[in-house]
Amino acid sequence: MKTSHRRSVRRLVLATAAVTAATVLLAACGGSDDSGGSAQPQGSPDAVNAALEKGGTITYWSWTPSAEAQVAAFQKEYPNVKVNLVNAGTGNDHYTKLQNAIKAGSGAPDVAQIEYQALPQFALPGSLVDLREYGFNTYESAYTASTWTAVHAGDGLYGLPQDSGPMALFYNKEVFDKYGITVPKTWDEYVAAGKKLHAADPKKYITNDSGDAGFTTSMIWQAGGKPFSTDGKNVSINLQDDGTKKWTGVWDQLVTGGLVGNIPGWTDEWFKALGDGTIASLPTGAWMPGVMEASVKAGAGKWRVAPMPTYDGQPATAENGGSTQSVLKQSANPALAAAFVKWLNHDGGVKPFLASGGFPSTTADLKDATFVDKPSAYFGGQQINQVLTGSADSVVKGWSYLPFQLYANTIFGDTVGKSYQAKSELNTGLKAWQDALVTYGNQQGFQTNG
Amino acid sequence: MSTTTLLRSRPSRPLKGGGVSRTSPLKPRRSRLLTGMMLLYLVYTLVPLLWLLLSATKTQDDLLSSPGLWFGKTFALFSNIQDTLTYDDGIFLRWLGNTLLYVVVGAGGATLLATAAGYGLAKYKFAGRRAVFAVLLGAVAVPGTALAVPTFLMFSNLGLTNTVWAIIIPSLVSPFGLYLMWVYASDAIPHDLLEAARIDGAGEIRIFFTVALRLLVPGVVTVLLFAVVATWNNYFLPLIMLSKPNLYPLTVGLTQWSNQATGVGARPIYNLVITGSLLTIVPLVIAFLFLQRFWQSGLSAGSVKQ
Repeated sequence: MKTSHRRSVRRLVLATAAVTAATVLLAACGGSDDSGGSAQPQGSPDAVNAALEKGGTITYWSWTPSAEAQVAAFQKEYPNVKVNLVNAGTGNDHYTKLQNAIKAGSGAPDVAQIEYQALPQFALPGSLVDLREYGFNTYESAYTASTWTAVHAGDGLYGLPQDSGPMALFYNKEVFDKYGITVPKTWDEYVAAGKKLHAADPKKYITNDSGDAGFTTSMIWQAGGKPFSTDGKNVSINLQDDGTKKWTGVWDQLVTGGLVGNIPGWTDEWFKALGDGTIASLPTGAWMPGVMEASVKAGAGKWRVAPMPTYDGQPATAENGGSTQSVLKQSANPALAAAFVKWLNHDGGVKPFLASGGFPSTTADLKDATFVDKPSAYFGGQQINQVLTGSADSVVKGWSYLPFQLYANTIFGDTVGKSYQAKSELNTGLKAWQDALVTYGNQQGFQTNG
Repeated sequence: MSTTTLLRSRPSRPLKGGGVSRTSPLKPRRSRLLTGMMLLYLVYTLVPLLWLLLSATKTQDDLLSSPGLWFGKTFALFSNIQDTLTYDDGIFLRWLGNTLLYVVVGAGGATLLATAAGYGLAKYKFAGRRAVFAVLLGAVAVPGTALAVPTFLMFSNLGLTNTVWAIIIPSLVSPFGLYLMWVYASDAIPHDLLEAARIDGAGEIRIFFTVALRLLVPGVVTVLLFAVVATWNNYFLPLIMLSKPNLYPLTVGLTQWSNQATGVGARPIYNLVITGSLLTIVPLVIAFLFLQRFWQSGLSAGSVKQ
């Protein structure tokens, strides 16, 4: 059996290729067909309260750290409702399973956590319940404008916002002070700071970016770009618009100059670099303090928060990350599921969410003085929420994600990522990304032009 | 196997200094180049293992602040093991139990089926054997991973997703094991022996279990090891079949822990992921150490024409 080793190697190679193919295949399952399945019961605002009184069992898929405490608090308040909390995976694993269950027609939860960027992908094919039928559209004033927009797709309302991530500039004050860098207010100043820092110590970088779709889309958003728009089955993609060009104009200088660290986010190397000063600043979502306090202990006392640098010095920012909870069409008890969503993100669930270190989307909490003025020991006593809540007010309007954003994110590395690796102009990669997305969109049955 | 006996029958100290030429086929010349390459390969294989061992002794903070191939400030192996076993209400033990279940029933069943079928195909003549052979070769060429998605949709129609059967049933089929047993059985069991047993009045079932199975042991162990390793490491199938964490095997569970470090609300527990990985490979290493004698003889079977 001399060949057995060689064969197993070949099988391994084949298997790897097959995984890739299957993943694409799975992703391809998304978006194309209507798969709601069960007959849709008519809901109404009263149905929500009636369902809570009647009780029952629902399943909730989520990976948020606050979910466990929230479910416990909910069941305490409504003992006749049982919520099965399932952590089906983080990010893509979760979506793959959700998409499979929708495709298969059974096995989906009643309520699922869905990130804002993924919402159109599940809402537009009709897999989610439009919560307007339970009168949830009357809660508009309870949420920030940007998150309220993010839970809509077309005219429908497909969830209530949970957290939000208005972007701000997190910076390591110790490193800034040591190299005499003042906090940049514009992107030009930011580039200058990056040059100064890297010249003084070639091992240090103003920030890290090895090509991340979520970051790039947020940065284009902040620059006023609106590359994606969807109207029914018509999708248009334009990664050559003015906003996108504005962003590449700045970011090209950092990438081609080798001023950004090639350290992929969320790796152990990244957590380490945030602690030891290798990465001097991070333009990212307002949820970052919770992550740093828990996992970048070496950075305690060194970091501070400032508003995002802008192109003209006027306040402008974008959302980065954040999720909503949605009710699946497959749910056998959508009224109870909707009641749970309302409790989670409108009523009793907000408090345990805040306690776990989340950044809210509810305007009442964003204005609450105890929240806004709370000093943070990790950030050297700075009242960081003053900056972060201010940022929530200046999110640029009019952004939307693609109805196949998750797929778009998976091919980002093969297109724009190549520009990053080659330290060449990002526009080449963005063009390739756009071409691939137009082709894919048309294959999925969207009238896609770009 | 005849080569082994031949080597053993040589005097253990063959003629120091003179006599036999240095290029004798029985005492091959040493090649520094090859030895060097083997040493490099040894380092290449062992360094990741060493890294895993060392990293399992570090706390989450030490992991991020100490060099990869040396100890950190504190020696936290035992507290890491304790945390791994108790994190999230001891779900790691549950995953370990699941993996054992899938391995014992899935890989055990696959070995039994492959042995019986391989023996049958090798020793009985019936119409359609060639067709079976063709199908089998085709099945060996298609990796199980490629079939995961179609299998998922099929199981979903049967209502079997999210149950242990979704992992066990596909694991029961091992085309490669069947092929191996077929080839092995044709060589290892002389026809005359079966004839003799039949003349003595033994039934076919009895012949299989009392005569054939004993001769097939090295082959069976080889197939068992392949099947155990494949099931132990099975990742993609359970990933898409299961969405209940309390049914996950270790592979999927550890990935979930690892992914916890990503995104809003990230809670990295790299130290537990690493310690969990170490605990995961220990049973496999033990299985190999115990079974490798059988395995080696199984691998070389058929390489020499008897």
